[in-house]
Amino acid sequence: MLNNYKNIRKGGNNIQVNGKKFEFKSNTTISNLLKELGLKEDAVVVEINLNIIENEEYRSYIIKEDDVIEVIRFVGGG
Amino acid sequence: MKIFINETLTEIEEDIVNINDIKNNFKKDADIFILNGHTVDKNILLKDNDKLTLIKKGEVPKYEDLENLMIARHTPNVHKKLKDGSVAILGLGGLGSNIAISLARIGVGHMILADFDIVEPSNLNRQQYFISDIGKYKTDALKSSLKNINPFIDIDTLNKIIDSSNIEEFSNVDIIIEAFDNPKYKAEIASFILRNMKDKYLISSSGMAGYYDSNIIKTRKVRERFYICGDEVNEAKEGDGLMAPRVSICANHMANLATQILIKHNIN
Repeated sequence: MLNNYKNIRKGGNNIQVNGKKFEFKSNTTISNLLKELGLKEDAVVVEINLNIIENEEYRSYIIKEDDVIEVIRFVGGG
Repeated sequence: MKIFINETLTEIEEDIVNINDIKNNFKKDADIFILNGHTVDKNILLKDNDKLTLIKKGEVPKYEDLENLMIARHTPNVHKKLKDGSVAILGLGGLGSNIAISLARIGVGHMILADFDIVEPSNLNRQQYFISDIGKYKTDALKSSLKNINPFIDIDTLNKIIDSSNIEEFSNVDIIIEAFDNPKYKAEIASFILRNMKDKYLISSSGMAGYYDSNIIKTRKVRERFYICGDEVNEAKEGDGLMAPRVSICANHMANLATQILIKHNIN
């Protein structure tokens, strides 16, 4: 679903987001990542290395080299 | 030989028996014959343990015979698993009301229907309610429709907002189906269930607005026991409303997934 997003940052470490490789700078938080991807913090579920991360941790959680990240995006309607 | 006639195991003295023999002995006026879950129009020789249902078209059966006649079209051995299943449906809008009707038709035995809202006229473009339901709680209106489709299932209703503070009330069900409208509530409940109710199957929804291609609506397994249905892109917004055909497609992705889970997995 994030295939159309540009690589978030150049010249940094590697992570995997929804199956695609991205490069990122040191000290990137989940909040930073979601902002780069254009996603709202309160309308996603973030899974890092199979652990579901609580919303309250998005600002403090620093992404590490080789993290495998899944971002599940919820859009309105039901 | 022994065969099931209208779901009742019946001993037949003869060893060679065909559908016409059964018709002449048990229901002479029958004109619909369902053999092992499938309608047949030929006089077929029967085997031990075949399931044959005889129906007279248009005849309203006695209540005690109704359930056996209703389940005739279910694939044998599937019905009991569905009847033993329990599913909670959170939100009874275009998704939830359609999901509930499909699950009632196939005989899912226990459902909990949760919604805080009442039926209003703008719901009728996609939700399974009627003009006569306007002003009623969605829970009550839907329960009444479901009972009219299949009176042999247990239905509990909850007229309140469901969120992470009370979702653990649903700890007894096999599957939780999230059919909310608001993306914040969808995300919040999914996050809570995935962290705190790890034994539950969760079916979430995202993206079913408009009249975009039917085939981009998908069922996706995200992780163990967690699935998402929808196109994950097309949100309901100004100029892109929710419409009955596409919402129903997504709803029935969710209902079919619940059916697969109840039948294939050992849930106890």
